[in-house]
Amino acid sequence: MVPKQRIFSKRPSFLQRKWSGLRSKMSELVEYTGDLTLFFGQTVYWLVHRGYQRDTLVVSCNNIGVLSLPVVMLTGVFIGMVLAVQSYTQFRFVGLETRLGAMINMSLVRELGPVLAATMLAGRIGSSVAAELGTMRVTEQIDALESMGTNAIHYLVVPRFLACMFLIPALTVMADFMGVLGGAFYGILLLHIDWHHYWHYSQQFVGIFDVFMGIFKSVFFGMVIAVISCYQGFHCDAGAEGVGKAATKSFVISFVLILFMDLLLGIVLESIYSMFWTPPNFF
Amino acid sequence: MSVQPQENRPILEADQLGMQFRGTTILREISFQLQRGETLAVIGESGCGKTVLLKSLIRLLTPTDGHVIFDGRDLSTLSPRELALERTRFGFVFQQAALFDSMTVGDNVCFPLKQHTRKSAAEMREIAYRLLNEVGLPETVYHKKPAELSGGMRKRVGFARALAMEPEIMLYDEPTTGLDPIMSDVINELILGVKHKRHVSGIIVTHDMKSAKKVADRIIMLYPVTRLQEGESQMIYEGPADEIDYSPDRRVPQFINGEAGERLMEMLKQQQPAYPNREISGY
Repeated sequence: MVPKQRIFSKRPSFLQRKWSGLRSKMSELVEYTGDLTLFFGQTVYWLVHRGYQRDTLVVSCNNIGVLSLPVVMLTGVFIGMVLAVQSYTQFRFVGLETRLGAMINMSLVRELGPVLAATMLAGRIGSSVAAELGTMRVTEQIDALESMGTNAIHYLVVPRFLACMFLIPALTVMADFMGVLGGAFYGILLLHIDWHHYWHYSQQFVGIFDVFMGIFKSVFFGMVIAVISCYQGFHCDAGAEGVGKAATKSFVISFVLILFMDLLLGIVLESIYSMFWTPPNFF
Repeated sequence: MSVQPQENRPILEADQLGMQFRGTTILREISFQLQRGETLAVIGESGCGKTVLLKSLIRLLTPTDGHVIFDGRDLSTLSPRELALERTRFGFVFQQAALFDSMTVGDNVCFPLKQHTRKSAAEMREIAYRLLNEVGLPETVYHKKPAELSGGMRKRVGFARALAMEPEIMLYDEPTTGLDPIMSDVINELILGVKHKRHVSGIIVTHDMKSAKKVADRIIMLYPVTRLQEGESQMIYEGPADEIDYSPDRRVPQFINGEAGERLMEMLKQQQPAYPNREISGY
């Protein structure tokens, strides 16, 4: 009788499995980046070649800009006040409480205003756009648009893209303004910092480039929010679960990309700043 | 290749059409011709690719193989702009109507007119009222939102919208699914009315044998590719709709009379059954 041979299956090792998983994730990431770039390219193509439809742009501007105004203003006020609360003790400890205004306003217009406003808008606008377009995809409304000879990217994405690109910077300006007011309210009225010194140092340290830097970054944040949310809506999986996932993914990816863009643009703009101006000595 | 005169050549021709999704074949070598004024029914069980075929015909889904030739032009060779223009010569009635939720019924019906014509608001309103009347809806629905309508009314609004551009071919995706028998009859009468009054060609995808027999001149039966042997055709029957013997007590494979029916039975016997654990007479 021939002895039974034991056959050992070659199971991949733990490291091989992990490597294979990582490789597949990396390939998905590359594919996603490629798709997203093509989607952005198509949006720009339709914007350049066909412009926009006024009625859809007005609706998008209302949804994205006007309806976001109250919550952006509220966010701005609280950022300003929280900055005042958190920094006052430290500044008083080193006897620099009169510089509080400079620190609050500089942080607001350069960094916190644009980033927090964009984050908040990624939640409010991005999720809503992804869910709306996702529902349209699932219920074949996007197919219906295409079947009637209307390009869905031109009709649905271009107005949202324009509204985000122009109105998110405008909302950022509003967030900055309300933040400055909130910080001043808390610092001058509640912490009794001398108002003259508060505004004097603010004016001395916060320049036009700082304001420009914040607004410039917010243009890119707006584009990121629009492209990611529309892309997720267009590529939504079937059913209610698919729509929910598209909305969540839209926020998470926008948030990560906003932080990434913030770092990238921060480095570039800082380099430009140091080429032409000398940074002010805070002390 | 000789060019046929316009009146003799088929209005639509699918030539070896194939479709794959993520490595799974949905459609394989589908070829048929649709003559002017003819109505073709595509029948087959769920998941056999009927809707995919319908959407491929106007490139809402891009076929991975083959060509669709519409009025002598290969749709795969057209630019996005030319394709959009050709699509206005089709009318597509979606399974769930696919009306735009954010618009009123009137705006839905006027949508293609707004996008592709320079008609005044009054002219468009007049056309919309006439179309709503043609599909048997009262003028009072004009200002309602789709959510306020029943399923049958939504389908009829979808009809009216598809007819707005006076198409040359109507594509119907399961127009009677989810409707009661009376409403199904109403929809079938509408399809017949469109065919006879407007002399348009049509392709209707349906599960409903009774509808197929009533409205179609010719039928095609598809079989899921996943259950086919290598080299077998996915189109297991193509012939006149008259041969359908629809009666409730007959099983699906026995629905065609005469020699064609026997040929179909022979073919079906060679296929793997759809439900292997159930005995279905005729297999």
